[in-house]
Amino acid sequence: MTTQAQDAGRDPLVRSGRGLRVSPVGFGKHAILLTYTVIALFPIALVVMNSFKSRAAIFDAPVQPPTADTFSLIGYETLAKRGDFLGYMGNSVIVTGVSLALILLFGAMAGFALARYRFTGNRLLGLYLAIGIMVPIRLGTVSILNIIVGLGLANTLVALILVYTASGLPLAVFVLSQFFREFPRDLEDAARVDGAGDFTIFGMAARLARPAIAAVAVLTMIPVWNDLWWPLILASGRETATLTLGTQQFLGQFVSDWNAVLAALTIAMVPMVALYIVFSRQFIRGLMGGAVK
Amino acid sequence: MATIDRRPTTRRRFSWPLLVFLGPAVLTYSVFMVFPLFDSLRLSLFGPGGSGLGVFVGLQNYVTLLTDPLWSPRFWGALGNNLVFFAIHMLVQNPIGLLLAVLLTTRVLRGRAVYRTLIFAPTILSVVIVGFIWKLILSPLWGVASGALDAIGLGGLYGPWLGLEGPALIVISLMSVWQYVGIPMLLFSAALLSIPDEIVEAARVDGAGPFRIFSRIQMPLIAPTIGIVAVLTFVGNFNAFDLVYAVQGGLAGPEFSTDLMGTFFYRTFFGFQLQAGNPTMGATVAGAMFVIILLGVCLYLFGLQRRLQTYEA
Repeated sequence: MTTQAQDAGRDPLVRSGRGLRVSPVGFGKHAILLTYTVIALFPIALVVMNSFKSRAAIFDAPVQPPTADTFSLIGYETLAKRGDFLGYMGNSVIVTGVSLALILLFGAMAGFALARYRFTGNRLLGLYLAIGIMVPIRLGTVSILNIIVGLGLANTLVALILVYTASGLPLAVFVLSQFFREFPRDLEDAARVDGAGDFTIFGMAARLARPAIAAVAVLTMIPVWNDLWWPLILASGRETATLTLGTQQFLGQFVSDWNAVLAALTIAMVPMVALYIVFSRQFIRGLMGGAVK
Repeated sequence: MATIDRRPTTRRRFSWPLLVFLGPAVLTYSVFMVFPLFDSLRLSLFGPGGSGLGVFVGLQNYVTLLTDPLWSPRFWGALGNNLVFFAIHMLVQNPIGLLLAVLLTTRVLRGRAVYRTLIFAPTILSVVIVGFIWKLILSPLWGVASGALDAIGLGGLYGPWLGLEGPALIVISLMSVWQYVGIPMLLFSAALLSIPDEIVEAARVDGAGPFRIFSRIQMPLIAPTIGIVAVLTFVGNFNAFDLVYAVQGGLAGPEFSTDLMGTFFYRTFFGFQLQAGNPTMGATVAGAMFVIILLGVCLYLFGLQRRLQTYEA
């Protein structure tokens, strides 16, 4: 899929024979892009690198990679003793995983209904569900806290899951209903002739919608995983802290222990960076709305 | 050939499957998003009373927020800071994003996907992590920032910016720009890629240079995306909270100089240190934020409407 885009890019080069020599324009382009890439990555690399160094080496030569002499895991040892990063990560995985599953399931079902069924108020309902794309759910915080406390769900992961599911649904419904409109009518008719019911047809359509579902999953996952607001307000206890909140609290406590701080930052980056390395194409495609093949 | 028929198929007025499909989404969304938004607006019309709900005070809370000597400086301060925060994103983040997108969508470019992936990487990180990374880098204790400035001969410019009232807000804004520049970059890239090659090629054949092609062809054709990026930036910026909270704490120091609507809302509603939380005033701040965001979105929709009309004329 990527080769197509790359081929399109190389085509004129092959035809005209230009561009094999490094032109000044080409050089300038790469110089700018390379500079910006360094700006984007240097801070991250700096933190990761220094998290593996002794305290003295962190301050003496910050930009030097760890050597045999300066290598140290002292920050990670503090983390293992004083932090509860495995617990935080577990909470984040549960909250993000369950929210994502609910958003995708509910969102696909509602998107399918809006795209394939004619019923009174279809358009109005679509509009109603779309409002949430632009209005941030944080503005309802005062009332949400009342509701959560009223339900006895304060300081539980369930509270976070409910709020994230509600706030993620508008975009999911919108994107997936667009996609389900393209589901071929012939396929549906053929399935109906074979005796398939509504749910079977939904299953077929959902399987075809996998690329769109993946894009929605990525778009939805980043803000949920990284959120600080809702854990802070709804579930700030140590047992329910997500990775973002746990890291924030740990950093506040250990602010002067540079080894521990650098190690905590590195550990907190690991899950998202690992996911990004594996799924970078889906991440980018999700945000570019399928423009990149 | 199978043609795509966009008309909905099933014509029944009501069916169980329909209810099953729509029920969970509509219910969750209504209970935990739509209802709280309206209920919060309702709460902003009440004052603290003797017991339970309190008393209806109409728009009095909003009057207090805008004019009371205790509240109004914080409100206008946060609003002003937020406008600066937004302006820096519009003037720095989006132009850089556009420049990178133009460079990344030129026809001949090696390593396109690699650049795109690497430049986008900071966007996926938590704001808390990003804020702290930059806090360390800018720290006078570590000296990385001052060392870097020294290396390019600008060492004299360095200062403990995060602790200074003027520069702190600018530095915080630039941290956010650094993290999110990948989003306009991708949105602009998608728009640029959707311009048919023939148009650009025709202009090139006619002797137009890259700058002329950009200003006369690409720029007008991606105008709708510029609007979308602007409104997304606006909504995101007026909802921002995490970065300031992570870097400067809930008091948005020094002297509230980095206070945004989000941090002001948090302190008002939830309380911070010596300040007690105040739900009704919190709801009032949220109501004000709602109006501001609505104004921004309406301005965008109105502008878009007018532009579409001029195209038709």
